[in-house]
Amino acid sequence: MSIESISLSGRKKVVSNKEMSFLERMYLLAIVKGMIITIKHLFTRKVTILYPEQVREMSPVYRGQHQLKRDELGRENCTACGLCALSCPAEAITMKAEERKPDEKHLYREEKYASIYEINMLRCIFCGLCEEACPKDAIYLTTSKLLVPSSYDREDFIFGKDKLVMPLDIAMKNAQLKNAK
Amino acid sequence: MKVTIDGQSIEVEPGTTILQAARMIGGEVVPPAMCYYSKLKGSGGKCRCCLVEVAKGSEADPRPMPKLMASCVTGCMDGMEVNSKSSERVQEARKSVTEFLLINHPLDCPVCDQAGECDLQNLSFEHGKSQSRFIEEKRTFEPENIGENIQLHMNRCILCYRCVMVADQLTDDRVHGVMDRGDHSNISTCISKAIDNEFSGNMIDVCPVGALTDKTFRFKSRVWFNKPYNAHRDCDKCCGKTTVWMFGDEIQRVTGRKDEFHEVEEFICNGCRFDHKEVSDWIIEGPREFEKDSVINQNNYTRKLETVEIATEDQILLGREQDRKKISMPAIPLDKNEEEDFKHGNI
Repeated sequence: MSIESISLSGRKKVVSNKEMSFLERMYLLAIVKGMIITIKHLFTRKVTILYPEQVREMSPVYRGQHQLKRDELGRENCTACGLCALSCPAEAITMKAEERKPDEKHLYREEKYASIYEINMLRCIFCGLCEEACPKDAIYLTTSKLLVPSSYDREDFIFGKDKLVMPLDIAMKNAQLKNAK
Repeated sequence: MKVTIDGQSIEVEPGTTILQAARMIGGEVVPPAMCYYSKLKGSGGKCRCCLVEVAKGSEADPRPMPKLMASCVTGCMDGMEVNSKSSERVQEARKSVTEFLLINHPLDCPVCDQAGECDLQNLSFEHGKSQSRFIEEKRTFEPENIGENIQLHMNRCILCYRCVMVADQLTDDRVHGVMDRGDHSNISTCISKAIDNEFSGNMIDVCPVGALTDKTFRFKSRVWFNKPYNAHRDCDKCCGKTTVWMFGDEIQRVTGRKDEFHEVEEFICNGCRFDHKEVSDWIIEGPREFEKDSVINQNNYTRKLETVEIATEDQILLGREQDRKKISMPAIPLDKNEEEDFKHGNI
């Protein structure tokens, strides 16, 4: 037996090369069959959406862009303890701590706060370990409901506090919701 | 004298305490100690963390001691048998002591600079509960400024008196102490005075919690992001042997060299600790090693990593020499016979 006719996987099939009949050579039946499939698909649900205008609903456990939370008084929760950076398997997080001044008590919850907090979104693997490690309930991947947008420059993927911290109006809305309860 | 701790025997000199004997044995039998410090005279007996069960008093008087004993201030007797970690009673007692110590502790480890090298953190990791039964308001103190170099956080203090002993035994003039009594007792300088004695910086090293921390290092970095190196310099006041904690090329903090029980090997002066933070001031010897499970070892590659060798024959991985040549290398073509064989299989 020659090596060409044995298939090592055992799944080799020889393509039949038999002569077609006249009816088959007209291809009419095949065209009609194909059209039926095409028309059937016209009436099924569309799988695509018009992305930037339309956004798909996210699962509540979907992990997207990080958010640094504020408490109900609008103060930042993060105290730059470094546990998120420690737990990060991709080493995507860096931070610098600073001492809170007496006149900044309405901005930061604890004595210490993060003056620089950066996440390199190219490094981040969105595993959520930072969220799990956080002792101050500060970082969440599920609340922003944002995807990290694409960009042409690598520098654009280093997200600082301007992009990560929860906007004040959302914090205020949360506080109102809590008070209303 | 022969002492047996958790089934392990050791010969010790008369006058050794149980804690010292346990430290000679090492390993898991060593009771935790928050207030005892072997380099400070008169320390120990305050925190009750090192309680052990004496199952047999001595060879002469084999009765067990009725209550748990503080091992740091109890001397060894010949033939003494001690249960440390193996005793259920001791574990229970340590759990309770930890709970008591944490009652007024603010639990602000994410803010605290001591986190990562804190004895109380280690103690509560080992013996603490994850919940608190204390529902009353915690005792708090007004922050007090005690000088340029040392930061006092009275809320975190567990009143071990180590810093008072450092000031008494190392510096020539003690300006701080424990004020008031009972629940109100607090570390303070008498009338807001700065602590600026030459060896006062050692209070930071001996403090088992984050009550006394380095002001020049305050919030600069977390200890596990620093790279610790052994370093020394010529100092006319102290031995000059220190650990420098570096972040990149910057020396962020200088401390004494702490051994496995977190006690400094030699005390260092304030000049070395606070005023020499240039790399050119120090002769760096090499990376400092810490116990295996310390968080400071994070991202530490000082251990030598072995290359992995698969214990299989080379032939299995690579194939026979002659086969590889014939099948895959176009530079060595098959001869006519072999080509025929190859085409029909059956090689």
